[in-house]
Amino acid sequence: MRENDSSRFERVAPTERENDVEGRPSREAILEWWDDRFGIPSETFADCTFWEKGAGKIWAFHDEVPSPVRAESLGLAVMRVRQEHWKPTTDAVQRFGGEATRNVVELDEGEARAFLEGEDREVAWDGDWGYLIAAHDIAGVTEPIGVGLYLYGELRSRMPKGKQRTL
Amino acid sequence: MDVLDRYEALVGDFDAFRDACERPLPNVVRVNGIKTTPERAARAFEEAGIAVTRREWHDGLLELDTGKPGNTWPYAHGWVHGQEEVSAIPARVLDPDPGDRVLDACAAPGSKTGQLAALMDDTGTLVANDDNLGRLSALRSNCDRLGVTCAAVTNRDGRNFSTKELGVESFDSVLVDAPCTCEGTIRKNPDALDNWSHGYLNQVTGTQKGILRRAVELAEPGGTVVYSTCTFAPEENEAVLDHVLDEKDAELVPFELGLDSVPGITEWEGETFDSSMERAKRVYPHHNDTGGFFCAKLEVGA
Repeated sequence: MRENDSSRFERVAPTERENDVEGRPSREAILEWWDDRFGIPSETFADCTFWEKGAGKIWAFHDEVPSPVRAESLGLAVMRVRQEHWKPTTDAVQRFGGEATRNVVELDEGEARAFLEGEDREVAWDGDWGYLIAAHDIAGVTEPIGVGLYLYGELRSRMPKGKQRTL
Repeated sequence: MDVLDRYEALVGDFDAFRDACERPLPNVVRVNGIKTTPERAARAFEEAGIAVTRREWHDGLLELDTGKPGNTWPYAHGWVHGQEEVSAIPARVLDPDPGDRVLDACAAPGSKTGQLAALMDDTGTLVANDDNLGRLSALRSNCDRLGVTCAAVTNRDGRNFSTKELGVESFDSVLVDAPCTCEGTIRKNPDALDNWSHGYLNQVTGTQKGILRRAVELAEPGGTVVYSTCTFAPEENEAVLDHVLDEKDAELVPFELGLDSVPGITEWEGETFDSSMERAKRVYPHHNDTGGFFCAKLEVGA
């Protein structure tokens, strides 16, 4: 096992057995997590390659390029690993969360606006604790807004400051 | 006397041009095809009480009856991107296919990058480069908000750009939306001409030639390069193209736009340019009630 070089993009290994970097999840583990946690099928990411840059930031890139890569960004940062509970990014939830079939909390208009402002709210939810996809109805579809952390009856908005809006 | 007086003989109806330059621009957004459809975005705005007017030449452009499109649900979802109408021209002209390898050589702040990615169905490789570190964060955050997964953002000088580290040797097409004096953005930025000088003009045309030359080198034989600016100055448009086409194996090809425009020019202040410059298009603000723009399409090694 070698240490993670956080200065460049390195492609994650297909399986745990082929992984040679301390603490880095494999493609298999990443796909399994999206499916287990949100019911987003592995096929969603079939054409994406996964990469790590920084300490525990995983990126999805929609093509094949030789590893490692030195660039400012490579595709979309989709999740944070190397911590007890893996966390999806707001951008990933907005891009892929429409395919989720579980751990999606649907908010009414008032709750949705408060969530977008970054407010924590008590919501009706009898499912799992932890990271959820917050969504609402707009133009005839259920559209993901961002990531919420559900604990003790409260949905804590995890909208990044730069994406918070008052509508 | 101001800078725009230079163009009186070029423009035709100069009074209409002047009047248009003094009016504010309509509020236009581009629908992000990676996340939604024009119909859904329009419906969401209308549900929020914002009137929407569509554009005939480009069904993804919506004119909105609000000065703050950023404070709406469609914006928060990354369904739309605030983008001036003429700024949607060059990606349309480049017209990449899904799975292509495309270079956006001067990409920040990313309006055209997002549009190119959508035209590629967010597949293939889109290298989004900009040499300006200060504008790179806007490029990155716009790509992220629009959900782009096919782009690699790089921070290099477009004049000697190399992509070996990305394992890419050449591109199906290259967009050079060049840094320029931005005269055509006068309706958006009334102070756009305040710092205009012949010194800056000379400097920026050198940069433009260098980036376009490199773009032609990086495109595959038979590939496409689109050169565009948001300025009227022939020194930054036809003169740059004429210079690079003299050195490189590429030619201007005709293209359709669906917007009113006039052909590129073949003569300016005693200098003459190749007659193929007439295949380029000049869009003046009074033509379609937009900003000003210049666009040319090149075929490489043809």
